[in-house]
Amino acid sequence: MTGIYLAGAFIISGLLFFNRNKTYNYLLVIGFLLLQIGFTIYEYLHLHTTELNYFTADALAILLLVTLTIISIPAMYHSYVYLETKQDNPKHRAIYFAAMVALLTSISAAYLSNHIAVTWIFVELTTLSASALIYHRRNNRSLEGTWKYVFVCAISITLIFIGILFLSFTLQQAGTDDLSFAVLIKKAPQLNLFWLRLAFIFIFTGFTAKLGLVPMYTAGIDAKDKAPSPAGAILSSVLMNMGFVGIFRIYTVMANSPLHLWTNHVILIAAILSIFVATVYMTKVKNIKRMFAYSSIEHMGIVMLGLVAGGVGYYAAILHIIFHAFIKSSLFFQMGQVYRIYKSKSIYDVGNYFKYNLTGAIVMLLGFFSATAMPPSGLFISEFLIFRSLFEASYLWVLIVVMLLLTVIIWAFGKNVFKLLFSPAVDFKEDNIEKINPMESISQFILLGLVVYLGLNPPQEFVTLIHEAIKNLPH
Amino acid sequence: MANVLLIIFTISLLYLGIAHRLFTYIKILAFQGVLLFGIAFIELIQINIANLTFVLLETIVFKAIAIPYFLNYVIKRNRITRDAEPYLPNFISLIIITLIIITTFVLSNAIADERISKIYFVVALSTLFTGLYIIVTRHKIITHVMGYLVIENGVFILSLAVGNEMPMLVNLGIMLDIFASVFLLGIFVNRIGDVLKDVDVDQLKNLKD
Repeated sequence: MTGIYLAGAFIISGLLFFNRNKTYNYLLVIGFLLLQIGFTIYEYLHLHTTELNYFTADALAILLLVTLTIISIPAMYHSYVYLETKQDNPKHRAIYFAAMVALLTSISAAYLSNHIAVTWIFVELTTLSASALIYHRRNNRSLEGTWKYVFVCAISITLIFIGILFLSFTLQQAGTDDLSFAVLIKKAPQLNLFWLRLAFIFIFTGFTAKLGLVPMYTAGIDAKDKAPSPAGAILSSVLMNMGFVGIFRIYTVMANSPLHLWTNHVILIAAILSIFVATVYMTKVKNIKRMFAYSSIEHMGIVMLGLVAGGVGYYAAILHIIFHAFIKSSLFFQMGQVYRIYKSKSIYDVGNYFKYNLTGAIVMLLGFFSATAMPPSGLFISEFLIFRSLFEASYLWVLIVVMLLLTVIIWAFGKNVFKLLFSPAVDFKEDNIEKINPMESISQFILLGLVVYLGLNPPQEFVTLIHEAIKNLPH
Repeated sequence: MANVLLIIFTISLLYLGIAHRLFTYIKILAFQGVLLFGIAFIELIQINIANLTFVLLETIVFKAIAIPYFLNYVIKRNRITRDAEPYLPNFISLIIITLIIITTFVLSNAIADERISKIYFVVALSTLFTGLYIIVTRHKIITHVMGYLVIENGVFILSLAVGNEMPMLVNLGIMLDIFASVFLLGIFVNRIGDVLKDVDVDQLKNLKD
């Protein structure tokens, strides 16, 4: 089914690109969504089977694939709404949908691949399709954002490739040729330590461009800002999950080798620096979308801290990743409505949102509570578990510093969101405001509600899958 | 013989540091493509014939002919001025690149592995760092692309070091080359020259907080 899925999705993408008829486009998009849902159900029923020699549906892949499918449905719906309210340019619409389909397919394939080189190929494909999405508005600033994104991601991809080469050097002592993750985990105690260190540093640095950590997070910020809101939602939720999958799989290899402690220290430095950078910029930033992008960086830092701490932190890290994807994408979907009302993303131009769009304002308020990990949001549970795991692993100073930084972040986030919601807008002409149908906010309520449900009362299969996903890590 | 070609490759890096004109950069890149063709031909003799032909074809067609032609076209079409516009004087660049080569040579002595030839490691790492240096110290946007191509050449040399045991990695490296360079150059040819009148990196400073 993986072969059918990949072939079908790329054919749909090609047809979308060449065919400029509006109804045909929408029919193809619905066809792709059905294919995606069918594929996810098939993979869920066929846990742990390997297809085409390179794609294994292990537990982590299934969890993130289901997350992607759940998010892709409102993403396509909001893209339809977004394109309807703009001028009708058939060529740009066709490219947008073709790139969306290609992006979602590449991310799904990257989740499923069990060989590091195949993951690398699909990560490369996501760079190409994401840049087409970022360039959609085709003005100077989008071009600059696209160029920076392509360039930084190209350098990161090259770094990952160098890491793969070094990884192949490590294998020569262990007497095998196979770079698939299963073999690497099995042979981890016998790998050459010098090359393994170098390989991990290069692969980790390369994947931080996708995940959004220090040092390569910069391109992602401009990308999420300049892309249209539905595309920005995909870039800041499921694309970051793909970066997590890459780092998680190589971390599993390192955790089974003698270099576990050293790896933890490297990731700890990157995670703390990321949270620090996110704090500094969130207090400074005046553009709401950029603020959301920096908030993603902070959450990824927290997830990595969970991985480093170990124990219950492994479980909490995966929980955090899934919840964050739902919450951040719903915030970005809502941002699309904010932009349609105020025609601006700056906090200086917005205000009194309750008056202009009541359902949207409620979503924004609930989204703020969810994103800053206040109960009953599921993020509260995962962050609490990560803090507990840091305490149990005796990283006390790290915990104190991170909690202080998070307090500053909550203050900065709240300051901006409350300005949007409660303060009156300055110099805002109320004559021609677009009326937003409250039905458009339903998807965001569903996503936020899902986070609360999964946090408070997770179904047993969900919990089992997460425990399956972390079984290779040393407990 | 492969060692001689690798040493000539390293010397071309030094020439890259002191070149003034953009067209010289393009000629050096084409020359490096031809050298890589020679090295691949000598070293990869053990992999099967179809794979070998593919690798050789890629180095000659892509690195030595297509990409230099594309770069020429971009420079002429966007009427980019001939000078490379470095931030530092060329003499300082020469010293820094020499220091890079010496440092990688000293670093490579820390490697205690007999199966990987040291000279590959030295040349690959020096090329990588020289490419990064070129990206960082030049004004123009087109030199960013050229620095990236130099990095790609370095990665190719590194993949040749294990090319006999794992030919798949060499293929992957080529795919990286094709995808990324075509895409980067594609954006460049189509858009940046039209939109940004003055192809200077100072133009790319609008997106900030």
